[in-house]
Amino acid sequence: MNDMPKFDRRSFLVGVTAAGGGFSLGFNTFASDAMAADATPEVNAWVVVKPDDSIVIRVVRPDMGQGSRTGLAQLVAEELECDWNKVTTEYPTPGQNLARKRVWGAMNSTGSQAIRSSQEYVRKGGAAARMMLVQAAANEWKVPVEEVTAANSVITHKKSGKKTTFGKVAEAAAKLEPPKEITLKNPKDWKIAGKSPKRFDTRNKVTGKHMFGIDTVLPGMVFASVRDCPVNGGKVKSFDASKVEGMRGVKKVVAVGETGVAVVADTFWNAKQACYALPIEWDFGPSVNVSSASIADYLKEGLTAEKAFIGNKQGDADAALAGAARKIEATYAYPFQNHACMEPMNATALWTENECKVWAPTQNAEAALAEVIATSGLPAPKCDVIKTELGGGFGRRGRADFVRQAVLIAKQMPGAPVKLIWTREEDMTHCSYHPITQCKMTAGLDDKGNVTGLHMRISGQSIIASLAPERLDNGMDPATFQGLTASSPEGAFGYNIPNVLIDHAMRNTHLTAGFWRGVNANHNAIYVESFIDELAHATQTDPLEFRRKLLKPKQFAVLNAAAQKAGYGKPLPKGHFHGLSSMNTFGSYVAACAEVSVENGNLRIHRIVGATNPGHAVHPGMIERQVAGSFVYGLSALLYGECTVKNGAVEQTNFDSYNVMRLDEMPKVDVIVMPDFEFWGGVGEPTISAAAPAVLNAIFAATGKRIRTFPLMNQSLTSA
Amino acid sequence: MATLNVNGKTYQVDVDPRTPLLWVIRDSVGLTGTKYGCGIAQCGCCTVHVEGVATRSCSVPVSSVQGKKITTIEGIASGDVLNKVQKAWVDNEVPQCGYCQSGMVMAVTALLKSNPKPTDEDINSSITNICRCGTYQQVREAIHAAAKA
Ligand code: FES
Ligand code: FES
Repeated sequence: MNDMPKFDRRSFLVGVTAAGGGFSLGFNTFASDAMAADATPEVNAWVVVKPDDSIVIRVVRPDMGQGSRTGLAQLVAEELECDWNKVTTEYPTPGQNLARKRVWGAMNSTGSQAIRSSQEYVRKGGAAARMMLVQAAANEWKVPVEEVTAANSVITHKKSGKKTTFGKVAEAAAKLEPPKEITLKNPKDWKIAGKSPKRFDTRNKVTGKHMFGIDTVLPGMVFASVRDCPVNGGKVKSFDASKVEGMRGVKKVVAVGETGVAVVADTFWNAKQACYALPIEWDFGPSVNVSSASIADYLKEGLTAEKAFIGNKQGDADAALAGAARKIEATYAYPFQNHACMEPMNATALWTENECKVWAPTQNAEAALAEVIATSGLPAPKCDVIKTELGGGFGRRGRADFVRQAVLIAKQMPGAPVKLIWTREEDMTHCSYHPITQCKMTAGLDDKGNVTGLHMRISGQSIIASLAPERLDNGMDPATFQGLTASSPEGAFGYNIPNVLIDHAMRNTHLTAGFWRGVNANHNAIYVESFIDELAHATQTDPLEFRRKLLKPKQFAVLNAAAQKAGYGKPLPKGHFHGLSSMNTFGSYVAACAEVSVENGNLRIHRIVGATNPGHAVHPGMIERQVAGSFVYGLSALLYGECTVKNGAVEQTNFDSYNVMRLDEMPKVDVIVMPDFEFWGGVGEPTISAAAPAVLNAIFAATGKRIRTFPLMNQSLTSA
Repeated sequence: MATLNVNGKTYQVDVDPRTPLLWVIRDSVGLTGTKYGCGIAQCGCCTVHVEGVATRSCSVPVSSVQGKKITTIEGIASGDVLNKVQKAWVDNEVPQCGYCQSGMVMAVTALLKSNPKPTDEDINSSITNICRCGTYQQVREAIHAAAKA
């Protein structure tokens, strides 16, 4: 085994982020070959063909329900020309990836990146494997490779009528040099990708066999329950272990870093009972007096502050506003929100002096591994992370704070696997929350009602400042301007307005901000799309016509498709009203048209038509489900999502105080998937941003009431 | 010691009698298909059948179900043959992450037993399980499909 170079966690993390699809990080390898459990040699890193013709495709982007396992396998299989019915998948570990110089590239499913940022190299992986299999057959038959074709796992030499299967030549293929020139298929000719085959993992999910992190069972395993300081930035002053050491099943009471305490016991219930009975004295730290009101005041000041980071500047917005015939202003506010993944945070760690292994439901196995290495005190080759299934992720599981805790506890229980499970209460109060922001919109109109200038001032938290300050750009967080920049493949401001200024007064709070499905696009879309609607009404223009004049063509195309399918402009049932919105984010163009009614102040969302142009659609059936699911996530946030702060701590502790949407509130969702094959956009997140503003605009149409502070449960919808 | 009858088998478990059934099923009996989501009867992830009735096992002390017939997600298929709700779930590809789906399937299986042809209104009032992935539309379609099967 070669020595690993000294492992620097931060540069590794940055490298992981920056590397995207690159394979170039220069770590030395250590000898153990990945997937050593099976003697079958791989054709290449992506493809193993067994003698019985079964195919194993390696997928390294976690599937937390969004379907990347199936989608990425489709892309490999498409180029491999294999029999789809013989495909299974496996997930290499980040340790194996590291050992092989990151042959599989990045292993994260975050930022709606899983498919789009690896599609090219996984397709090439499939194509290269096919070329090697075909070459091996040609060699055996001693015929020119150009005369040999592959389809459905069968290799054919038409001239001689010879046929063989992938399984029969796989061993010989594995010994060949990989091809240098690879030509990929035109996606318009796809036969497996672009279709909607059954996903791999459904049966296990309805029989209780899908093994989530929380289901990890290891011989000799013990359980841990943790309490971390209720106020972020505080720490443990002292705790009295003697009070709980005699309780049923308790094995040990341990400090978890400086900020938490855990109880280890024979069952989770016993661990939890003792952990919550344990007297802990906290030093709540400097933020103990922070409240929702003090945060709101702090953000409000930012709305008019002189200094702000500029994310988009075209023309001279100040001058345009000063010279406008008419000025329209509105101020909005968006709260903290918790991801509330259905499966609470958890991880199982085994630490000995020789190795540290962690089983974790992680969206980013490499970040988890980096955390294990940093925390375990062991060299990188002695550490690894086994990614389990994930009960939701939504951005929360890109962080590794729970992995760190599990390792800290396991280090104090050498040789015993420790399963750490957060209670829902711990999960609700120790999140990296959806950032809190306020926004002031100001528009100038000329005497004909044309928009001549727009100033959008966002005041509030930066996710990057919270989670990865080294990635700030001269103090600025470019991610704040998601969907708002002048031009970006990730998503640009969709409106043609001659003078625009969009800026951000960064106002960070003591609560950690984090990536929350849809991220900054969620509030940005609400601000822009509500305000555009306000302008349409102020100028007595139909909201669709108003947008038609201003929106860029690709953006208007999705909006118009959603509106047409929803029957926009046609008569609706009595009391029903439409609302529109659209956004360009995570590389995709998305839109929604909502149909609502408000009766005696009670909102009913009847239907939403969503449209998305993600460039390429690998599995349209899964995209439809992602869109519907993202609407539920976005509407839960709009209706109920709010974490408030009192004495520095988050007040909501469970689903009784942090409500979410249930089946009875589910609107009918129709989805238009309209890829134009011109780019690769994301799927899991972009449409979430379209749902809330469409509903808000429909509420205005129904009631004449413009809601500008969220969530809706705090607002009266009785007609204005 | 408590004696439990889970999926037709008898288990002797040595736990505090106040322990919620959920944790006994998961950690003592060793069946992990029943999930923890909230612990306060809000989310439905932990739904099992006690004498055929859908029950949120996080909020039932084990002492209260001794000797009763308990069925978990692992016990509703006959061998490899899925029950009609599970089958409708597979055919309609309901699950996304899957974490809530054990509880959904258990709740719906019990619903269809007492109400074989539920209306949308019946479904709204009886299936209150939380799904953070937002599979509600597929859940509703699959319930109707199972009712027709
Ligand atoms: S865990 Fe029992 S209802 Fe949520
Ligand atoms: S499928 Fe993920 S919570 Fe329901």
